[in-house]
Amino acid sequence: MLIYQRPRHPIPSSEITPKSVFDDRRRVLKALGFGGLAATMPMWFPDHAAAAWRPAEGKALSGTPHPKYTAQALGQEPASFEVVSTYNNFYEFGTGKGDPADNAGKLKTTPWTVKVEGAVEKPGTYDIDDLIKAEDIEDRVYRFRCVEAWSMVVPWLGVPLAKVIQRLNPTSKAKYVYFETLFDPDQMPGQRRPVLEWPYKEGLRMDEAMNPLTLLAVGVHGQVMPNQNGAPIRLIVPWKYGFKSIKSIVLMRFVEKEPPTSWSDTNGREYGFYSNVNPNVSHPRWSQATEKKIGVNNVFGLPIRQPTLMFNGYEDEVASLYAGMDLKKFF
Amino acid sequence: MNKETRLTWIVKPVVHAAALAPVAWLVWLGLGGQFGPNPAEFINRYTGDWAIRLLLIALAVTPVRGITGLAAVMRFRRMLGLYAFFYALLHVTSYVALDQYFAWAAIWQDILKRNYITVGMLALVILTALAVTSPKAMVRKLGGRNWQRLHKLVYVAAVAAPVHFFMMRKGFQVEPLVYGGIAGLLLAYRAAVWMKAKARTRAARADVQTA
Repeated sequence: MLIYQRPRHPIPSSEITPKSVFDDRRRVLKALGFGGLAATMPMWFPDHAAAAWRPAEGKALSGTPHPKYTAQALGQEPASFEVVSTYNNFYEFGTGKGDPADNAGKLKTTPWTVKVEGAVEKPGTYDIDDLIKAEDIEDRVYRFRCVEAWSMVVPWLGVPLAKVIQRLNPTSKAKYVYFETLFDPDQMPGQRRPVLEWPYKEGLRMDEAMNPLTLLAVGVHGQVMPNQNGAPIRLIVPWKYGFKSIKSIVLMRFVEKEPPTSWSDTNGREYGFYSNVNPNVSHPRWSQATEKKIGVNNVFGLPIRQPTLMFNGYEDEVASLYAGMDLKKFF
Repeated sequence: MNKETRLTWIVKPVVHAAALAPVAWLVWLGLGGQFGPNPAEFINRYTGDWAIRLLLIALAVTPVRGITGLAAVMRFRRMLGLYAFFYALLHVTSYVALDQYFAWAAIWQDILKRNYITVGMLALVILTALAVTSPKAMVRKLGGRNWQRLHKLVYVAAVAAPVHFFMMRKGFQVEPLVYGGIAGLLLAYRAAVWMKAKARTRAARADVQTA
Protein backbone atom coordinates (compact mmCIF):
# COMPACT_ATOMS: atom_id res chain seq x y z
CA MET A 1 0.00 0.00 0.00
CA LEU A 2 1.22 3.45 -0.82
CA ILE A 3 1.39 5.86 2.04
CA TYR A 4 1.54 9.47 1.00
CA GLN A 5 3.48 11.75 3.27
CA ARG A 6 3.31 15.34 2.25
CA PRO A 7 5.18 18.05 4.08
CA ARG A 8 2.77 20.13 6.07
CA HIS A 9 4.59 23.32 5.15
CA PRO A 10 5.94 23.21 1.61
CA ILE A 11 7.05 26.85 1.79
CA PRO A 12 10.23 27.37 3.79
CA SER A 13 9.43 29.45 6.83
CA SER A 14 12.03 31.98 5.69
CA GLU A 15 9.83 32.81 2.73
CA ILE A 16 6.72 33.41 4.76
CA THR A 17 6.07 37.03 5.56
CA PRO A 18 5.60 37.46 9.33
CA LYS A 19 1.91 37.65 10.10
CA SER A 20 2.29 40.98 11.90
CA VAL A 21 3.78 42.59 8.78
CA PHE A 22 1.23 40.94 6.54
CA ASP A 23 -1.69 42.08 8.67
CA ASP A 24 -0.26 45.54 9.14
CA ARG A 25 -0.43 46.45 5.47
CA ARG A 26 -4.21 46.51 5.66
CA ARG A 27 -4.24 48.78 8.70
CA VAL A 28 -1.79 51.13 7.05
CA LEU A 29 -3.77 51.27 3.84
CA LYS A 30 -7.02 51.73 5.69
CA ALA A 31 -5.52 54.57 7.67
CA LEU A 32 -4.51 56.19 4.42
CA GLY A 33 -8.02 55.73 3.03
CA PHE A 34 -6.97 53.16 0.46
CA GLY A 35 -9.22 50.38 1.79
CA GLY A 36 -11.12 50.01 -1.46
CA LEU A 37 -7.92 49.80 -3.41
CA ALA A 38 -6.71 46.80 -1.47
CA ALA A 39 -7.68 44.52 -4.31
CA THR A 40 -5.39 46.32 -6.72
CA MET A 41 -2.45 46.12 -4.35
CA PRO A 42 -0.20 43.98 -6.52
CA MET A 43 -0.25 46.84 -9.01
CA TRP A 44 0.79 49.49 -6.49
CA PHE A 45 2.95 47.37 -4.28
CA PRO A 46 4.74 44.72 -6.31
CA ASP A 47 6.20 43.17 -3.18
CA HIS A 48 2.68 42.15 -2.18
CA ALA A 49 3.33 39.01 -4.20
CA ALA A 50 5.76 37.97 -1.50
CA ALA A 51 2.91 37.93 0.99
CA ALA A 52 0.77 35.70 -1.20
CA TRP A 53 0.79 32.02 -0.35
CA ARG A 54 -0.21 30.98 -3.83
CA PRO A 55 2.47 29.48 -6.09
CA ALA A 56 2.19 29.54 -9.88
CA GLU A 57 0.30 26.92 -11.88
CA GLY A 58 2.14 23.63 -12.01
CA LYS A 59 3.90 24.30 -8.70
CA ALA A 60 3.48 22.10 -5.67
CA LEU A 61 0.82 22.88 -3.13
CA SER A 62 -0.11 20.85 -0.12
CA GLY A 63 -2.68 20.71 2.60
CA THR A 64 -3.40 18.91 5.81
CA PRO A 65 -4.82 15.49 4.95
CA HIS A 66 -8.34 15.14 6.28
CA PRO A 67 -8.39 11.78 8.12
CA LYS A 68 -11.90 10.93 6.94
CA TYR A 69 -11.37 11.70 3.28
CA THR A 70 -8.29 9.77 2.23
CA ALA A 71 -7.78 7.30 -0.58
CA GLN A 72 -7.41 4.59 2.06
CA ALA A 73 -10.71 5.50 3.71
CA LEU A 74 -12.40 5.56 0.32
CA GLY A 75 -10.77 2.26 -0.65
CA GLN A 76 -9.95 3.66 -4.07
CA GLU A 77 -6.86 5.19 -5.60
CA PRO A 78 -7.39 8.59 -7.18
CA ALA A 79 -7.34 8.96 -10.95
CA SER A 80 -3.88 10.05 -12.10
CA PHE A 81 -3.03 13.74 -12.48
CA GLU A 82 -2.80 13.11 -16.22
CA VAL A 83 -6.41 11.87 -16.31
CA VAL A 84 -7.74 14.55 -13.95
CA SER A 85 -6.14 17.34 -15.97
CA THR A 86 -6.94 16.11 -19.51
CA TYR A 87 -10.52 14.86 -19.21
CA ASN A 88 -12.57 17.93 -18.37
CA ASN A 89 -15.92 19.54 -18.98
CA PHE A 90 -15.25 23.27 -18.95
CA TYR A 91 -17.28 24.74 -21.79
CA GLU A 92 -15.59 28.13 -21.40
CA PHE A 93 -12.68 26.47 -23.21
CA GLY A 94 -14.61 24.29 -25.65
CA THR A 95 -17.06 21.43 -25.47
CA GLY A 96 -14.67 18.51 -26.08
CA LYS A 97 -13.16 16.72 -23.09
CA GLY A 98 -9.64 17.60 -24.24
CA ASP A 99 -10.44 21.21 -25.19
CA PRO A 100 -9.93 22.73 -21.72
CA ALA A 101 -6.41 21.30 -21.45
CA ASP A 102 -5.65 22.57 -24.96
CA ASN A 103 -7.21 26.04 -24.67
CA ALA A 104 -6.90 27.15 -21.05
CA GLY A 105 -3.37 28.49 -21.41
CA LYS A 106 -4.51 32.09 -21.78
CA LEU A 107 -6.36 32.20 -18.48
CA LYS A 108 -4.54 34.62 -16.21
CA THR A 109 -5.00 33.59 -12.59
CA THR A 110 -2.67 36.08 -10.91
CA PRO A 111 -3.84 38.44 -9.58
CA TRP A 112 -7.31 37.06 -8.95
CA THR A 113 -10.05 38.68 -6.99
CA VAL A 114 -13.45 37.48 -5.85
CA LYS A 115 -16.22 40.01 -5.39
CA VAL A 116 -18.36 39.36 -2.32
CA GLU A 117 -21.71 41.13 -2.17
CA GLY A 118 -25.33 40.92 -1.09
CA ALA A 119 -26.58 39.96 2.36
CA VAL A 120 -23.20 40.00 4.02
CA GLU A 121 -21.54 42.22 6.59
CA LYS A 122 -18.14 42.24 4.95
CA PRO A 123 -18.72 42.80 1.26
CA GLY A 124 -15.81 43.76 -0.93
CA THR A 125 -13.40 42.62 -3.55
CA TYR A 126 -11.05 40.10 -2.02
CA ASP A 127 -7.76 38.90 -3.32
CA ILE A 128 -7.84 35.11 -3.42
CA ASP A 129 -4.76 35.10 -1.19
CA ASP A 130 -6.75 36.89 1.48
CA LEU A 131 -9.97 34.96 0.99
CA ILE A 132 -8.23 31.61 1.39
CA LYS A 133 -5.74 31.19 4.20
CA ALA A 134 -2.87 28.88 3.39
CA GLU A 135 -3.02 27.22 6.79
CA ASP A 136 -6.66 26.24 6.22
CA ILE A 137 -5.94 24.20 3.11
CA GLU A 138 -6.88 20.55 3.46
CA ASP A 139 -6.16 17.53 1.30
CA ARG A 140 -9.38 15.61 0.68
CA VAL A 141 -9.95 12.67 -1.63
CA TYR A 142 -13.52 12.81 -2.90
CA ARG A 143 -15.65 10.94 -5.37
CA PHE A 144 -16.55 13.20 -8.28
CA ARG A 145 -19.65 12.29 -10.29
CA CYS A 146 -20.50 13.98 -13.57
CA VAL A 147 -24.12 14.12 -14.75
CA GLU A 148 -22.90 12.37 -17.93
CA ALA A 149 -22.67 9.15 -15.91
CA TRP A 150 -18.92 9.07 -15.41
CA SER A 151 -16.99 9.53 -12.22
CA MET A 152 -13.47 9.95 -10.90
CA VAL A 153 -11.76 9.84 -7.55
CA VAL A 154 -9.96 13.16 -7.13
CA PRO A 155 -7.60 14.40 -4.40
CA TRP A 156 -8.54 18.06 -4.01
CA LEU A 157 -6.75 20.75 -2.04
CA GLY A 158 -9.12 23.28 -0.61
CA VAL A 159 -10.75 25.06 2.26
CA PRO A 160 -14.22 24.30 3.60
CA LEU A 161 -16.49 26.95 2.11
CA ALA A 162 -18.07 27.31 5.56
CA LYS A 163 -14.78 28.67 6.94
CA VAL A 164 -14.67 31.38 4.29
CA ILE A 165 -18.35 32.25 4.65
CA GLN A 166 -18.10 32.53 8.43
CA ARG A 167 -15.41 35.18 8.10
CA LEU A 168 -17.62 37.19 5.74
CA ASN A 169 -20.51 37.34 8.25
CA PRO A 170 -23.60 36.77 6.11
CA THR A 171 -26.76 38.40 7.49
CA SER A 172 -29.97 36.59 8.39
CA LYS A 173 -31.27 37.40 4.90
CA ALA A 174 -28.67 35.17 3.31
CA LYS A 175 -30.58 32.03 2.35
CA TYR A 176 -28.56 31.10 -0.74
CA VAL A 177 -25.10 31.76 -2.14
CA TYR A 178 -24.82 32.59 -5.81
CA PHE A 179 -21.56 32.19 -7.76
CA GLU A 180 -20.34 33.38 -11.11
CA THR A 181 -17.41 32.31 -13.27
CA LEU A 182 -15.14 34.83 -14.95
CA PHE A 183 -16.52 36.20 -18.23
CA ASP A 184 -13.72 37.17 -20.61
CA PRO A 185 -13.78 35.65 -24.11
CA ASP A 186 -10.16 36.70 -24.65
CA GLN A 187 -9.08 34.42 -21.83
CA MET A 188 -11.90 31.91 -22.25
CA PRO A 189 -12.31 31.41 -26.01
CA GLY A 190 -15.25 29.02 -25.60
CA GLN A 191 -17.32 31.98 -24.44
CA ARG A 192 -17.34 33.30 -28.01
CA ARG A 193 -19.94 30.63 -28.73
CA PRO A 194 -23.40 30.76 -27.20
CA VAL A 195 -23.27 27.22 -25.77
CA LEU A 196 -24.62 28.62 -22.50
CA GLU A 197 -25.64 32.09 -21.45
CA TRP A 198 -22.35 33.41 -20.09
CA PRO A 199 -21.13 33.93 -17.46
CA TYR A 200 -21.65 30.53 -15.88
CA LYS A 201 -23.91 30.77 -12.85
CA GLU A 202 -24.36 28.41 -9.92
CA GLY A 203 -25.85 28.48 -6.47
CA LEU A 204 -26.24 26.58 -3.24
CA ARG A 205 -28.70 26.74 -0.39
CA MET A 206 -27.00 28.22 2.66
CA ASP A 207 -27.04 24.93 4.59
CA GLU A 208 -25.49 23.18 1.58
CA ALA A 209 -22.81 25.85 1.37
CA MET A 210 -22.11 25.52 5.11
CA ASN A 211 -21.94 21.73 5.04
CA PRO A 212 -18.42 20.65 6.04
CA LEU A 213 -18.09 18.63 2.82
CA THR A 214 -18.34 21.68 0.56
CA LEU A 215 -14.93 22.94 -0.50
CA LEU A 216 -13.45 25.95 -2.19
CA ALA A 217 -10.67 24.10 -3.99
CA VAL A 218 -7.43 25.74 -5.05
CA GLY A 219 -5.41 22.69 -5.98
CA VAL A 220 -5.51 19.06 -7.03
CA HIS A 221 -3.07 16.16 -6.77
CA GLY A 222 -0.57 18.13 -4.71
CA GLN A 223 -0.45 20.96 -7.24
CA VAL A 224 -1.91 24.39 -7.73
CA MET A 225 -5.20 24.05 -9.61
CA PRO A 226 -4.52 23.67 -13.34
CA ASN A 227 -6.40 26.23 -15.45
CA GLN A 228 -8.46 23.52 -17.15
CA ASN A 229 -9.72 22.31 -13.77
CA GLY A 230 -11.14 25.69 -12.76
CA ALA A 231 -8.17 27.71 -11.57
CA PRO A 232 -7.56 29.46 -9.40
CA ILE A 233 -10.57 28.80 -7.20
CA ARG A 234 -13.54 26.52 -7.71
CA LEU A 235 -16.31 24.91 -5.79
CA ILE A 236 -16.42 21.20 -4.96
CA VAL A 237 -19.77 19.83 -3.84
CA PRO A 238 -19.13 16.09 -3.92
CA TRP A 239 -22.71 14.89 -3.42
CA LYS A 240 -23.98 16.86 -6.42
CA TYR A 241 -23.40 16.40 -10.14
CA GLY A 242 -20.16 18.00 -11.27
CA PHE A 243 -21.70 20.98 -13.04
CA LYS A 244 -22.75 22.37 -9.63
CA SER A 245 -19.06 22.70 -8.73
CA ILE A 246 -18.53 26.03 -10.53
CA LYS A 247 -15.03 26.90 -11.69
CA SER A 248 -12.85 30.04 -11.82
CA ILE A 249 -15.10 31.92 -9.42
CA VAL A 250 -15.11 35.73 -9.48
CA LEU A 251 -18.35 36.48 -7.65
CA MET A 252 -20.08 35.29 -4.48
CA ARG A 253 -23.42 36.91 -3.76
CA PHE A 254 -25.51 36.15 -0.67
CA VAL A 255 -29.19 36.26 -1.60
CA GLU A 256 -32.62 35.62 -0.18
CA LYS A 257 -34.20 33.75 -3.12
CA GLU A 258 -33.09 30.70 -5.03
CA PRO A 259 -30.68 32.06 -7.66
CA PRO A 260 -30.69 31.18 -11.36
CA THR A 261 -28.17 28.55 -12.45
CA SER A 262 -26.75 28.07 -15.94
CA TRP A 263 -27.90 24.56 -16.67
CA SER A 264 -31.41 24.87 -15.30
CA ASP A 265 -31.74 28.15 -17.25
CA THR A 266 -30.73 26.32 -20.41
CA ASN A 267 -32.83 23.22 -19.86
CA GLY A 268 -34.88 23.23 -16.67
CA ARG A 269 -36.57 19.95 -17.50
CA GLU A 270 -33.23 18.15 -17.39
CA TYR A 271 -31.19 20.06 -14.83
CA GLY A 272 -32.64 21.13 -11.50
CA PHE A 273 -31.31 23.54 -8.90
CA TYR A 274 -30.42 20.75 -6.48
CA SER A 275 -28.91 18.21 -8.89
CA ASN A 276 -27.99 15.82 -6.11
CA VAL A 277 -26.43 12.58 -7.27
CA ASN A 278 -29.33 10.15 -7.15
CA PRO A 279 -29.31 6.73 -8.85
CA ASN A 280 -33.09 6.52 -8.48
CA VAL A 281 -33.89 9.68 -10.41
CA SER A 282 -33.14 8.97 -14.04
CA HIS A 283 -32.07 11.86 -16.24
CA PRO A 284 -33.70 12.24 -19.68
CA ARG A 285 -30.29 11.65 -21.26
CA TRP A 286 -28.55 9.24 -18.95
CA SER A 287 -29.71 6.54 -16.61
CA GLN A 288 -28.02 7.56 -13.38
CA ALA A 289 -28.08 4.03 -11.94
CA THR A 290 -24.48 3.29 -12.92
CA GLU A 291 -21.35 5.25 -13.74
CA LYS A 292 -18.12 4.73 -15.58
CA LYS A 293 -15.13 5.11 -13.34
CA ILE A 294 -12.64 7.10 -15.38
CA GLY A 295 -9.07 6.17 -14.48
CA VAL A 296 -9.94 2.67 -13.23
CA ASN A 297 -9.79 0.25 -16.14
CA ASN A 298 -10.88 -3.34 -16.73
CA VAL A 299 -8.74 -5.93 -18.50
CA PHE A 300 -9.68 -4.42 -21.88
CA GLY A 301 -8.29 -1.05 -20.85
CA LEU A 302 -11.77 0.45 -20.57
CA PRO A 303 -13.17 2.22 -17.50
CA ILE A 304 -15.13 -0.07 -15.19
CA ARG A 305 -18.87 0.49 -14.74
CA GLN A 306 -20.14 0.53 -11.17
CA PRO A 307 -23.42 1.30 -9.39
CA THR A 308 -23.93 4.94 -8.46
CA LEU A 309 -24.41 5.61 -4.75
CA MET A 310 -27.10 7.81 -3.24
CA PHE A 311 -25.68 11.31 -2.77
CA ASN A 312 -22.54 9.91 -4.41
CA GLY A 313 -21.77 7.96 -1.24
CA TYR A 314 -22.10 10.95 1.10
CA GLU A 315 -25.56 10.05 2.37
CA ASP A 316 -24.50 10.08 6.04
CA GLU A 317 -23.17 13.61 5.72
CA VAL A 318 -25.93 15.25 3.70
CA ALA A 319 -29.18 13.24 3.64
CA SER A 320 -30.51 15.27 6.57
CA LEU A 321 -30.33 18.45 4.47
CA TYR A 322 -33.17 17.12 2.34
CA ALA A 323 -35.32 15.45 5.00
CA GLY A 324 -38.97 15.56 3.97
CA MET A 325 -38.19 16.77 0.45
CA ASP A 326 -39.44 14.85 -2.58
CA LEU A 327 -36.13 14.34 -4.40
CA LYS A 328 -37.93 13.33 -7.59
CA LYS A 329 -39.60 16.74 -7.62
CA PHE A 330 -36.60 18.71 -6.40
CA PHE A 331 -34.10 16.97 -8.65
CA MET B 1 -7.45 3.88 -71.04
CA ASN B 2 -11.11 4.40 -71.69
CA LYS B 3 -13.53 6.03 -69.32
CA GLU B 4 -14.95 2.74 -68.08
CA THR B 5 -11.62 1.25 -66.99
CA ARG B 6 -10.60 4.55 -65.45
CA LEU B 7 -13.72 4.56 -63.30
CA THR B 8 -13.40 0.93 -62.25
CA TRP B 9 -9.66 0.77 -61.68
CA ILE B 10 -8.77 4.23 -60.47
CA VAL B 11 -11.72 6.25 -59.22
CA LYS B 12 -13.44 3.40 -57.42
CA PRO B 13 -10.41 2.32 -55.36
CA VAL B 14 -9.77 5.97 -54.50
CA VAL B 15 -13.33 6.38 -53.22
CA HIS B 16 -13.00 3.16 -51.19
CA ALA B 17 -9.72 4.33 -49.72
CA ALA B 18 -11.15 7.75 -48.87
CA ALA B 19 -14.21 6.20 -47.20
CA LEU B 20 -12.03 3.86 -45.17
CA ALA B 21 -9.41 6.46 -44.25
CA PRO B 22 -11.28 7.50 -41.06
CA VAL B 23 -11.17 3.88 -39.84
CA ALA B 24 -7.46 3.69 -40.58
CA TRP B 25 -6.92 6.95 -38.68
CA LEU B 26 -8.96 5.62 -35.75
CA VAL B 27 -6.86 2.46 -35.60
CA TRP B 28 -3.70 4.57 -35.82
CA LEU B 29 -4.87 6.73 -32.91
CA GLY B 30 -5.73 3.62 -30.93
CA LEU B 31 -2.34 2.05 -31.48
CA GLY B 32 -0.77 5.30 -30.32
CA GLY B 33 -2.89 5.31 -27.16
CA GLN B 34 -4.59 8.55 -28.22
CA PHE B 35 -8.15 7.74 -27.14
CA GLY B 36 -7.84 9.48 -23.78
CA PRO B 37 -9.21 8.23 -20.48
CA ASN B 38 -12.63 7.32 -21.92
CA PRO B 39 -11.98 5.39 -25.14
CA ALA B 40 -15.65 4.42 -25.61
CA GLU B 41 -16.68 8.07 -25.70
CA PHE B 42 -13.90 8.95 -28.13
CA ILE B 43 -14.66 6.09 -30.52
CA ASN B 44 -18.41 6.61 -30.23
CA ARG B 45 -18.23 10.31 -31.14
CA TYR B 46 -15.69 9.74 -33.89
CA THR B 47 -17.69 7.01 -35.63
CA GLY B 48 -20.93 8.96 -35.15
CA ASP B 49 -19.39 12.03 -36.82
CA TRP B 50 -18.32 9.94 -39.82
CA ALA B 51 -21.68 8.16 -40.07
CA ILE B 52 -23.41 11.52 -40.47
CA ARG B 53 -20.76 12.84 -42.84
CA LEU B 54 -20.97 9.80 -45.13
CA LEU B 55 -24.76 9.84 -45.06
CA LEU B 56 -24.70 13.46 -46.22
CA ILE B 57 -22.05 12.72 -48.85
CA ALA B 58 -24.18 9.85 -50.19
CA LEU B 59 -27.19 12.16 -50.28
CA ALA B 60 -25.16 14.77 -52.14
CA VAL B 61 -24.52 12.43 -55.09
CA THR B 62 -27.88 12.99 -56.80
CA PRO B 63 -27.76 16.80 -56.51
CA VAL B 64 -24.16 16.77 -57.78
CA ARG B 65 -25.33 14.83 -60.85
CA GLY B 66 -28.29 17.17 -61.32
CA ILE B 67 -26.23 20.32 -61.05
CA THR B 68 -23.03 19.29 -62.85
CA GLY B 69 -24.53 16.75 -65.22
CA LEU B 70 -21.75 14.35 -64.22
CA ALA B 71 -23.60 11.04 -64.53
CA ALA B 72 -20.63 8.90 -63.46
CA VAL B 73 -20.98 9.98 -59.83
CA MET B 74 -24.20 7.95 -59.61
CA ARG B 75 -22.12 4.82 -59.70
CA PHE B 76 -20.80 5.60 -56.21
CA ARG B 77 -24.10 6.42 -54.56
CA ARG B 78 -24.87 2.95 -53.26
CA MET B 79 -21.32 2.40 -52.12
CA LEU B 80 -21.28 5.66 -50.16
CA GLY B 81 -24.65 4.84 -48.62
CA LEU B 82 -23.27 1.48 -47.52
CA TYR B 83 -20.29 3.22 -45.95
CA ALA B 84 -22.67 5.49 -44.05
CA PHE B 85 -24.36 2.33 -42.73
CA PHE B 86 -20.95 0.84 -41.92
CA TYR B 87 -20.00 3.84 -39.77
CA ALA B 88 -23.46 3.92 -38.13
CA LEU B 89 -22.98 0.24 -37.27
CA LEU B 90 -19.54 0.94 -35.77
CA HIS B 91 -21.08 3.84 -33.85
CA VAL B 92 -23.82 1.69 -32.31
CA THR B 93 -21.48 -1.25 -31.75
CA SER B 94 -19.13 1.00 -29.78
CA TYR B 95 -22.09 2.09 -27.64
CA VAL B 96 -23.30 -1.47 -27.05
CA ALA B 97 -19.90 -3.08 -26.53
CA LEU B 98 -17.48 -0.43 -25.27
CA ASP B 99 -19.85 1.86 -23.40
CA GLN B 100 -22.59 -0.42 -22.10
CA TYR B 101 -20.62 -3.69 -21.97
CA PHE B 102 -23.61 -5.51 -23.52
CA ALA B 103 -25.96 -4.62 -20.66
CA TRP B 104 -28.99 -5.33 -22.86
CA ALA B 105 -31.60 -4.36 -20.27
CA ALA B 106 -29.99 -0.95 -19.78
CA ILE B 107 -29.61 -0.53 -23.55
CA TRP B 108 -33.29 -1.33 -24.11
CA GLN B 109 -34.23 1.20 -21.42
CA ASP B 110 -32.03 3.77 -23.16
CA ILE B 111 -33.74 3.17 -26.50
CA LEU B 112 -37.19 3.55 -24.95
CA LYS B 113 -36.51 6.40 -22.56
CA ARG B 114 -33.75 8.58 -23.98
CA ASN B 115 -35.22 10.49 -26.88
CA TYR B 116 -31.90 11.10 -28.60
CA ILE B 117 -31.16 7.38 -28.56
CA THR B 118 -34.67 6.58 -29.83
CA VAL B 119 -34.15 8.94 -32.76
CA GLY B 120 -30.66 7.58 -33.42
CA MET B 121 -31.94 4.00 -33.41
CA LEU B 122 -34.65 4.97 -35.89
CA ALA B 123 -31.92 6.16 -38.27
CA LEU B 124 -29.98 2.93 -37.75
CA VAL B 125 -33.04 0.74 -38.42
CA ILE B 126 -33.68 2.63 -41.66
CA LEU B 127 -30.06 2.41 -42.80
CA THR B 128 -30.07 -1.32 -41.99
CA ALA B 129 -33.20 -1.91 -44.10
CA LEU B 130 -31.67 0.04 -46.96
CA ALA B 131 -28.33 -1.79 -46.72
CA VAL B 132 -30.05 -5.20 -46.68
CA THR B 133 -32.07 -4.31 -49.78
CA SER B 134 -29.17 -2.68 -51.62
CA PRO B 135 -28.01 -5.62 -53.83
CA LYS B 136 -29.33 -5.64 -57.38
CA ALA B 137 -31.03 -8.97 -56.71
CA MET B 138 -33.10 -7.31 -53.97
CA VAL B 139 -34.14 -4.54 -56.36
CA ARG B 140 -35.48 -7.19 -58.73
CA LYS B 141 -37.13 -9.12 -55.89
CA LEU B 142 -38.94 -6.06 -54.51
CA GLY B 143 -39.73 -4.53 -57.87
CA GLY B 144 -38.33 -1.17 -58.86
CA ARG B 145 -41.30 0.82 -57.62
CA ASN B 146 -41.40 -0.73 -54.11
CA TRP B 147 -37.66 -0.56 -53.86
CA GLN B 148 -37.66 3.13 -54.67
CA ARG B 149 -40.46 3.81 -52.21
CA LEU B 150 -38.53 1.97 -49.46
CA HIS B 151 -35.33 3.82 -50.24
CA LYS B 152 -37.07 7.19 -49.89
CA LEU B 153 -36.76 6.44 -46.16
CA VAL B 154 -33.18 7.67 -46.40
CA TYR B 155 -34.66 11.18 -46.20
CA VAL B 156 -36.05 10.33 -42.76
CA ALA B 157 -32.60 9.08 -41.71
CA ALA B 158 -31.04 12.28 -43.09
CA VAL B 159 -33.20 14.29 -40.69
CA ALA B 160 -33.00 11.84 -37.77
CA ALA B 161 -29.19 11.69 -37.68
CA PRO B 162 -28.51 15.43 -37.14
CA VAL B 163 -31.52 15.67 -34.78
CA HIS B 164 -30.03 12.80 -32.75
CA PHE B 165 -26.70 14.65 -32.68
CA PHE B 166 -28.32 17.95 -31.70
CA MET B 167 -30.31 16.32 -28.88
CA MET B 168 -27.24 14.54 -27.58
CA ARG B 169 -25.18 17.70 -27.24
CA LYS B 170 -25.70 19.79 -24.12
CA GLY B 171 -26.45 23.50 -24.35
CA PHE B 172 -26.62 25.32 -27.67
CA GLN B 173 -24.01 23.91 -30.03
CA VAL B 174 -23.28 24.82 -33.62
CA GLU B 175 -21.84 21.58 -35.02
CA PRO B 176 -25.08 19.55 -35.17
CA LEU B 177 -26.82 22.56 -36.70
CA VAL B 178 -24.27 22.65 -39.51
CA TYR B 179 -25.02 19.02 -40.34
CA GLY B 180 -28.74 19.70 -40.02
CA GLY B 181 -28.41 22.68 -42.37
CA ILE B 182 -26.57 20.61 -44.99
CA ALA B 183 -29.21 17.85 -44.74
CA GLY B 184 -31.88 20.54 -45.16
CA LEU B 185 -30.24 21.86 -48.34
CA LEU B 186 -29.90 18.37 -49.81
CA LEU B 187 -33.57 17.65 -49.13
CA ALA B 188 -34.63 21.09 -50.39
CA TYR B 189 -32.89 20.35 -53.69
CA ARG B 190 -35.01 17.23 -54.08
CA ALA B 191 -38.18 19.05 -53.14
CA ALA B 192 -37.40 21.69 -55.78
CA VAL B 193 -36.77 19.04 -58.45
CA TRP B 194 -39.98 17.23 -57.49
CA MET B 195 -42.05 20.42 -57.63
CA LYS B 196 -40.57 21.37 -60.98
CA ALA B 197 -41.37 17.93 -62.38
CA LYS B 198 -44.90 18.14 -61.04
CA ALA B 199 -45.41 21.55 -62.62
CA ARG B 200 -44.10 20.20 -65.91
CA THR B 201 -46.48 17.22 -65.94
CA ARG B 202 -49.36 19.52 -65.08
CA ALA B 203 -48.42 21.82 -67.93
CA ALA B 204 -48.06 18.86 -70.29
CA ARG B 205 -51.47 17.55 -69.23
CA ALA B 206 -52.98 20.99 -69.80
CA ASP B 207 -51.39 21.01 -73.27
CA VAL B 208 -52.91 17.63 -74.05
CA GLN B 209 -56.35 18.81 -72.93
CA THR B 210 -56.29 22.03 -74.95
CA ALA B 211 -54.96 20.29 -78.04
